[in-house]
Amino acid sequence: MRNAFAKAITNLAQKNKKIVLLSGDIGNKLFINYRKLQPKRFFNCGIAEASMTGVASGLAASGFQPVTYTITPFNTVRCLEQIRLDICYPNLPVIIVGTGAGLSYANLGATHHSMEDIAVLRTLPNMNIVCPSDPVEVELALKEALRIKKPTYIRLGKKGEPILNKNNSKFKIGKGIFLKRGKDIALISVGNVLPVVLEAEKIFSEKKISTSVINLHTVKPIDEHLLKKIFIEYKKIIVVEEHGLAGGVGSAILEWGNKNKLNLQKLICLGAPDKFLTSCGNQNEARHSIGLTAKEIFNKFKKH
Amino acid sequence: MKTQKIAALLRLNAIEMSHNAKAAHLASSLSCIDILTVLYEKILKINPKRPNEQHRDRFILSKGHAATSLYAILAYRGFFKKNYLKTYGKKGSLLEEHPTPKLNGVEAATGSLGHGLSVGCGIALSAKISSKKFKTVVLMGDGECNEGAVWEAALFASSKKLNNLYAIVDFNNWQGIGRTKDILQLHPFKKKWESFGWKVIEINGHDHKKIEKVFKNKKTNKPILIIAKTIKGRGVSFMEDDNNWHYRVPSKSDLIKAKRELGIK
Ligand SMILES: [Mg+2]
Repeated sequence: MRNAFAKAITNLAQKNKKIVLLSGDIGNKLFINYRKLQPKRFFNCGIAEASMTGVASGLAASGFQPVTYTITPFNTVRCLEQIRLDICYPNLPVIIVGTGAGLSYANLGATHHSMEDIAVLRTLPNMNIVCPSDPVEVELALKEALRIKKPTYIRLGKKGEPILNKNNSKFKIGKGIFLKRGKDIALISVGNVLPVVLEAEKIFSEKKISTSVINLHTVKPIDEHLLKKIFIEYKKIIVVEEHGLAGGVGSAILEWGNKNKLNLQKLICLGAPDKFLTSCGNQNEARHSIGLTAKEIFNKFKKH
Repeated sequence: MKTQKIAALLRLNAIEMSHNAKAAHLASSLSCIDILTVLYEKILKINPKRPNEQHRDRFILSKGHAATSLYAILAYRGFFKKNYLKTYGKKGSLLEEHPTPKLNGVEAATGSLGHGLSVGCGIALSAKISSKKFKTVVLMGDGECNEGAVWEAALFASSKKLNNLYAIVDFNNWQGIGRTKDILQLHPFKKKWESFGWKVIEINGHDHKKIEKVFKNKKTNKPILIIAKTIKGRGVSFMEDDNNWHYRVPSKSDLIKAKRELGIK
């Protein structure tokens, strides 16, 4: 997804002269082309995320469309108050891009895990949160964020993710996508965990359970229309996210469902437990350790 | 009208607002009213009729708790009617105890300290990218310089050669509940900023001529830091350099005494 982001922003900045790319001192090779083409609209802001976020606010207040880029936890919870007051309160068109969604950087240790970013950022008024599920959606998300001109957080994985989506020009922030239609079970996938959910779907299908797969790339605003339909049409709804269960997308759906008096017994929320993960290996191993695997998704459904 | 006279009027406005709304931070406003008066009367190229004009000079009151000083000068310059000052702190008013960007003339949401300089850096940077000539001025408190974000921004400004950015520190030697020097030592303040790559000028923050002159300085490729030595509560004898007035609200009789001292009928 990182490479897709670099490519997309390089292309988009050719036409859109309002784009300014701010980096928190990462992406040296990644942005070679961008920097060559837009030397006046690239700034390495140093290892100073609070400052970078404030700078983005000032640029946006002056008519630009700044994009901040660094590792997910540092570009979100590290500089939370700057996001809250400098970006969300004045409702400025800043795009915050974090690389390292969930357990993408599992082996770098808990400092680099990002299991709270969605929970924290979705409490901020005016914020939009988009979690692309593959490199194709990275470009689509960036285009959309530039179009809506609102505070937007784009949660990237790392690099080398498989391509799972068609280049669907209908991609809209706030509108989930059906990747497969079944009748009984709805599997909702958020962001970078989609390959695991698609694998889980195969198990459901082998067991002759008719299953839909929904790519819920936008967490905020939540797709109310889609969720309403799902709660009416399906017997069980399973939401999977590579993020803490506390305050994550499952939690957002519970809040929404409670407000709308829906049968929340149908909902199974799968994500990370309330603890720091240490010595958890690489992303796959870390996913195993917290049950974010195709098999475990099916087992949890069985036990529910 | 002479700027001294205007400043006296604005001081009275601030005192009245604090009295009416029973709101704190009066001394912090009185400390920087001379600076704001000179900025808005002599320095900033702004048009109250077109508050979002893209070539305007920008001013950010980073020490947002001194909001009444900003509201007083904005009203004086015609960003809104002077009568509107009476709504300060009341339900439905945009004149909140800390400035909201929804109000015309407010460039950033301030009140949480340490935010203004980074935002100012972004605005100054935007002028550089688009070759615009406007300047950006950020006013901070000395206590505010406890915040690490101030120093992140200080590094950014000099590294990106933002010589169109002015930061003023209203150095009144006090912060919330004590002497600045007793809480987190800022000394040697001038050397700190110089070592961060800024051009530093020290002035008396109540001397209108000196404040005006700072902005007529020769070209530099560095951002400019003005250490404005001030007296907290300036202009009212019984408030001057008495930090109780960081939170104390003036009574009716305080108001009458202050009015007399300011020479306003
Ligand atoms: Mg002070």
